[in-house]
Amino acid sequence: MIDFALQKTLHTAEGELPFNVSARIERGQFVGLYGVSGAGKTSVLRMLAGFMKPDDGYIKVGSDFWFYGEEAFHMPTQHRSIGFVFQDYALFPNMNVEENIAFALRKNESRTIVDELLELTGLKNLAKRKIQTLSGGQQQRVALARAIAKRPALLLLDEPLSALDSGMRAQLQETLLDVHKRYGLTTILVSHNAEEMVKLADTVIHLENGRFQRQMPPASFFLNGEDSSGLKGRVVSIAPNGEVVVQIESGVLRLKSVRQDVRVNDHVDISCDVDMYHLKKS
Amino acid sequence: MIELDPIWLTLKLALNTTLILFIVAVPLAYLLSVKKTVFSLFIEAIVSMPLVLPPTVIGFYLLLAFSPANFFGHWLEETFDIRVVFSYSGLLIASVIYSLPFMVHPVQSGFSSLPPSLREASYSLGKSKWETFLKVLLPNIKPSLLTGIVLTFAHTVGEFGVVLMIGGNIPGKTRTGSIAIYDEVEAFNYHNANVYAGILLALSFSILLVLYAFNRKAGQSKFY
Repeated sequence: MIDFALQKTLHTAEGELPFNVSARIERGQFVGLYGVSGAGKTSVLRMLAGFMKPDDGYIKVGSDFWFYGEEAFHMPTQHRSIGFVFQDYALFPNMNVEENIAFALRKNESRTIVDELLELTGLKNLAKRKIQTLSGGQQQRVALARAIAKRPALLLLDEPLSALDSGMRAQLQETLLDVHKRYGLTTILVSHNAEEMVKLADTVIHLENGRFQRQMPPASFFLNGEDSSGLKGRVVSIAPNGEVVVQIESGVLRLKSVRQDVRVNDHVDISCDVDMYHLKKS
Repeated sequence: MIELDPIWLTLKLALNTTLILFIVAVPLAYLLSVKKTVFSLFIEAIVSMPLVLPPTVIGFYLLLAFSPANFFGHWLEETFDIRVVFSYSGLLIASVIYSLPFMVHPVQSGFSSLPPSLREASYSLGKSKWETFLKVLLPNIKPSLLTGIVLTFAHTVGEFGVVLMIGGNIPGKTRTGSIAIYDEVEAFNYHNANVYAGILLALSFSILLVLYAFNRKAGQSKFY
């Protein structure tokens, strides 16, 4: 379990912003960190990673403290069990794909994980390629594989898919879910894309002006009418057990406990309350 | 037969200056690129002084500082038996100071142009600051390192004022190529002056040509 309370005065373009965020994340959860630009999402990630030092508060991972303001304890990034995927990928241009991933290994550590990750992320044929010859989506895969190679407890993703087109985005979302489950990671994803949150996250933390707003299941959060963008889609299939597959712009949603008043090929607006999804013909 | 000693001396001086500056200036440039304190502001200003000061001014102060008649020079001679003025070591010290910005500036801007996320990514992979510096940062500023090396070398080859002030004009000891040219012209030996000048011209031109060719090649495969 990861438990944190972070306080800091941030200096932003609009002046000083008091930052105060706390949350508790269960092991193995996929957490979405949502909010408009400047809400402090990236700051949360950077503090968890140790790139930015909070003024006060604590970060507790399992039984270890990574930061403890009262005792002025700040564990260096190097000692935290994290993987970080940057918005600009931050791949090392002096190394090829394989070398970038293998850079995460400790001395004399077996290279099996590198081959496994190359395979898993579909980069096997590109292993010897230089970074600058890859497309954005391919670079993002390398960044993801590299972040996972040292088997971190916590995977931090800073808007990793924002620069990709929707097709590539959907593919990478699948890969993300796949590695999250396969390696038993606890993952925190910063995004301001509602659909992405619904698709990937188990729970969403909503930030506003550097403050914790609330934490709730992603679907209820985005479909409650709080977010006017809402979700529209087309029903692809309805299983006998009531599961409805709806195609949305960037992929498909599998919705359980749906009211059965729609048919295949209907165009629907998706909404939900606490434990029930609603599909309304549009 | 024309003496080639001044040319050899020039090359030796330029080579040693470049070597010393590479070792000193690369860490300094890195610190200046990451530390933005008032102290580093002072250091930056001091590093850049040779760009704006007449070489004779620097030479003059070095001459004063190292003169055995003054405290520091006297102390050096008493304690270590080193006499800096009018000697090769004096030339070397003066050249290192005079060429400092030519090594520090390109390397510093190389470091500054690297996105901070490269360093952070390496830390997040558990790598120490030292390992990050050697394996991630340095290899990615190769063109800047080469620019620093070449500019320092070429600039030292072209030194005149500082070298003359602190080294004088002692044949075989402190008479560099540029001083030899001046000397020959003074003595109306235009032929000799021509030979020295031609050698220095060809040398400087080929060094810069190699630099630009390399950087163009590096630029083509540059990442962002």
